[in-house]
Amino acid sequence: MSSQSLTLRQWLLTDTPTSRRQARFAALYKGWLSLRSNHMAMIGLAILVVLVGSAVFAPLLAPHDPFVQNLANRLQPLGTEGHILGTDSLGRDILSRMIYGSRITLYIVALVAMIAPVAGLLVGTVSGYAGGWTDIVLMRITDIFLAFPRLVLALAFVAALGAGIENAVLAISLTAWPPYARMARAETLTIRSSDYISAIRLQGAGPMRIITKHIWPLCISSLIVRVTLDMAGIILAAAGLGFLGLGAQPPSPEWGAMISEGRRFILDHWWIATMPGLAIFAVSLAFNLLGDGLRDVLDPKDSAS
Amino acid sequence: MSSTHYNPKRQPRLPLPSWLKGTLVTLASISVTMLGLLFVTFFIGRVMPIEPVLAVVGERATQEQYHAAYLELGLDKPLIVQFSYYVWDVLHGDFGMSLLTARPVADDIGRVFPATMELATIGITIGIVLGVPLGVIAAVRRGSWIDQIARVVALVGYSMPIFWLGLMGLLLFYGVLGWVGGPGRQGIFYEDMIPSVTGMILVDSALARDWGAFRDAFSHIILPASLLGYYSLAYISRMTRSFMLEQLSAEYVTTARVKGMSEWAVIWRHAFRNIRVQLITVIALSYANLLEGSVLTEIIFSWPGIGNYLTTALLSADMNAVLGATVVVGLIFICLNIFSDLLYKIFDPRSK
Amino acid sequence: MNAFTKLMGTAALGFALGGVALPVMAETPANMLVIANRIDDITTLDPAQSFEFAGSDVLRNIYGKLVNFDPNNLDAGYQPDLAESWTVSEDGKTITFTMREGVKFHSGNPVRAEDVAFSFKRVVALNKTPSFILTQFGFTPENMDETITVSGNTVSITTDKEYATSFVLNCLTATIGGVVDELTVMANEVDGDLGNEWLKTNSAGSGAYSLTSWKAKESVTLTANPDFYLGAPAMQRVIVRHVQESATQRLMLERGDIDVARDLNPSDVEGVRNAEGVEVLEEMRGRLMYISMNQKHPELSKPEVRQALKYLIDYEGMQNSFLKGAYVTHQNFLPRTYLGAVDENPFSMDVEKAKALLAEAGVDGLELTVGVREAQERLEIGQSLQNTFAQAGITLNLEVGTGKQVLSKYRARELDIYLGAWGPDYPDPHTNAGTFAYNPDNSDAAQATGLLAWRNSWDTGKLTEMSAAAVVEGDRSKREVMYHDIQATFRDTSPFAVMFQKIEPAGINEDVEGLNLGGAITAVSYWTVTK
Repeated sequence: MSSQSLTLRQWLLTDTPTSRRQARFAALYKGWLSLRSNHMAMIGLAILVVLVGSAVFAPLLAPHDPFVQNLANRLQPLGTEGHILGTDSLGRDILSRMIYGSRITLYIVALVAMIAPVAGLLVGTVSGYAGGWTDIVLMRITDIFLAFPRLVLALAFVAALGAGIENAVLAISLTAWPPYARMARAETLTIRSSDYISAIRLQGAGPMRIITKHIWPLCISSLIVRVTLDMAGIILAAAGLGFLGLGAQPPSPEWGAMISEGRRFILDHWWIATMPGLAIFAVSLAFNLLGDGLRDVLDPKDSAS
Repeated sequence: MSSTHYNPKRQPRLPLPSWLKGTLVTLASISVTMLGLLFVTFFIGRVMPIEPVLAVVGERATQEQYHAAYLELGLDKPLIVQFSYYVWDVLHGDFGMSLLTARPVADDIGRVFPATMELATIGITIGIVLGVPLGVIAAVRRGSWIDQIARVVALVGYSMPIFWLGLMGLLLFYGVLGWVGGPGRQGIFYEDMIPSVTGMILVDSALARDWGAFRDAFSHIILPASLLGYYSLAYISRMTRSFMLEQLSAEYVTTARVKGMSEWAVIWRHAFRNIRVQLITVIALSYANLLEGSVLTEIIFSWPGIGNYLTTALLSADMNAVLGATVVVGLIFICLNIFSDLLYKIFDPRSK
Repeated sequence: MNAFTKLMGTAALGFALGGVALPVMAETPANMLVIANRIDDITTLDPAQSFEFAGSDVLRNIYGKLVNFDPNNLDAGYQPDLAESWTVSEDGKTITFTMREGVKFHSGNPVRAEDVAFSFKRVVALNKTPSFILTQFGFTPENMDETITVSGNTVSITTDKEYATSFVLNCLTATIGGVVDELTVMANEVDGDLGNEWLKTNSAGSGAYSLTSWKAKESVTLTANPDFYLGAPAMQRVIVRHVQESATQRLMLERGDIDVARDLNPSDVEGVRNAEGVEVLEEMRGRLMYISMNQKHPELSKPEVRQALKYLIDYEGMQNSFLKGAYVTHQNFLPRTYLGAVDENPFSMDVEKAKALLAEAGVDGLELTVGVREAQERLEIGQSLQNTFAQAGITLNLEVGTGKQVLSKYRARELDIYLGAWGPDYPDPHTNAGTFAYNPDNSDAAQATGLLAWRNSWDTGKLTEMSAAAVVEGDRSKREVMYHDIQATFRDTSPFAVMFQKIEPAGINEDVEGLNLGGAITAVSYWTVTK
């Protein structure tokens, strides 16, 4: 058989895939190749890899315990022996806190990315596919949430349920789902009337099956792009809540809360607020770069560069 | 249509046989949305474990004083009764009294909203003036260094924590360099000096021909407004670029070029003209976002705007103030949405 | 390319407009005092209702009182103000004040004995939160026409018992003792509210300043009263601007945009000390920082555990680091400078001793929740406690919320531990003894939410009686000793660990002279300020 002499690369790049699986892998691989040629997206990806790495290996990487206080050794400047990024107002090592903080950031991002798009997808596809009253009611609810000032809705929610990281995640998800619902509904509307879906319906597939097996997969790629681009916004929102004292609670080294703590010393000890600020910036930039690149790959009609 | 992802337009859900029916449907959907908005806010406010009564009577109140205030606020009545009273009052133009400022909420909003409006308007102006040309250039010279720079500028804008940038900006431009005025809307010695006509200090001081006050107010607004401007710039320039790219690859552009039309004319008279409506939608949306009150910017710059007002009211369970401000903010959002819907219907040939 | 250059031109112009450098005026006018302060706690400027720090700062400068403190000599205690002199009746229950002649309200109306009576009765009738400062002497809406009387140029008040005169007069120096202009106030009465609504945002006093405007959470503007009986103040206008951040206040001060910065945190105080043209004015204030332990908690109700926690607080470490210059260690419920205050601070950080005490109580591994208000210094204290408690095996969880959130729980007796601050209501020892050490009915049904002892479900035992006795003791030195005794027992056995007393460091422009913040007993005075 000729396939034995094929390299993996050739197998992936073949013009005549022999199985559905091969075709799917081939499409993924081609996407990856095109993403790889986008330098900015790769920079973004690299930063995210660093983030994940530091979250996973935090105990190994951090030079100090992020919670141990030393009041005699507080507010040390950058480059201090043993504390490269200095210490905060309770004498804790800033670098170690930032490394542990990456876990919280990742945690928030992962949770929101699981909740908001899925909720939006569910509401949007059901609304778009069912039409009629279901559509009207669901879209009114979506409108209500869209018309809310974002941060205020999140604030209200956190104020109602109490400050804390899980509630912050819920609050952010609560404000993040409506655009996904809008988007999924629009896509569903186009797909619903296509011949392809009519054919499936004629074959006797029920609405549940059509939505989950045939509509969802078609919505996924634009959803992924959108989620990646929104990640930055989510990180910033979480940091904003932390900054207002409504996100992660002390002594948790959440980056937004660290900025909030450090801003009191901003005139004399600027690095305490600056370092976590830079970290937030780097990570959200990374998501934006990656999202931008992914959009080019997955959604060429939007921005072709 | 390719812009579905970005603009919050809603597809017409009912066929529009007549102009009147369209209006009625729009009005009905506005009222339903507003009512829903009110209800959600009201509900959130009531389940919040913050006591509005404590905000009124203070920490030292005796149980008896506490109870008197509790009854005065009508908190003993069932939730739905409280809610219907409230809606009834709002329909009569009465938003109630704010617990914290001891003034009618309508007056408070009349005071804080112009502050936000002034800031948002200058912010969006900066965003448009810089963002649109930047987006057009990036599209025209796609792939060039200027396109890359525009991309980085925009992505950095998307990625920067605004509260951090605000702090740093204040430190640098006010603290170190002294180029701009400090936090607040005006220097303290101009406090109460300018008669308030519109509530927007720049406009009021111009009306009063007090140019010292005008300069002072401008020096205070320029930094936060630039910050907000940068954010809208990031969004507007990216959107402009993608709209322009779509147009520039269209057939008619090639035809025009082949016919020997100048590049300037191709870009502005043809391509740009066609993206106007989409662009206005994008701008309306960013403007709505700025008007909603950029809570963090207003906090950092001690800007007495609606975002600041809403946040403090929320955290002290000053529910009349929260509800009033939410209604105003929601209305703005809905109105701007309808406005851009209308624009679509009027200008976009495809929707006819 | 043509199009391209034009575009670049547009963009460049935009940048130029955005980046114009604007010179900023850097000095405040010579007859104007400009202050940055957190004033978002003001909810009313009616002296019968106001009960917040920022509010008393404003009202002290607007309203004259029968007796008042001289900002140039606070230690002298209360002095004649609108009352020229007073006499006490034989039975010690009635005090008769003779009014000063020729003093006028801002409206031009003369200040009469009737205005004093009206102001006091108004407090009783309105029954707002601070009214207890007067009603604790037995005034009620029913008896006030007999107990508060006017005769010619004199006004008399009759208390239900014989109290120490110093106690009564000290109470009259509180904000609630402010004398309002009856004619002006009643002209603005709505629905029998005794002018309460109107006075929230307007003033009708006879003091050094009148209120020009109060914009909630933004600013307060005062204008000098040229006919002030002690002479027209030098500062024509006083503007207090709400500025939340310490760093911002410091920037404004150093740039000369303001004359006084009142909420500087320790790190910024250090900065101001080293800056040119500005200096630091330090005054000891009355506010205490404490933690309290809910006696409903089975472990916290053990005396050894209470003792142990007091040994697990790093008083010195905190005082010398993040609280430096803002708080000093003080372990008694009477603030320094108060009658009966003591300076004994027996507790210090001692983990071994604490462990021994915990072992004695049979406590091994304890998990507690402390309610902390969202304010930086408290969060830091909370985290320090978390750290030191952990050294003795106690897990302390911080529950952070807005002031109102945490307070609601505290008042409902739901917190294990509360980290809080307490400021005295009036400059008499009873103000603190009456809340820390006094709790006549500890049952849930009593709902004595105003008493700190009740909030912590603590039956103070004999301290309740001792406090009640101290308040009626006419002999000043005996009274002083009584408070020493109460505090000695309290320090040792109570579920309160009083930790620090507040120092207010105000950053001021060096041109500003004669500013007095009011010490531990009263509020700020602007009429003595010159530049």
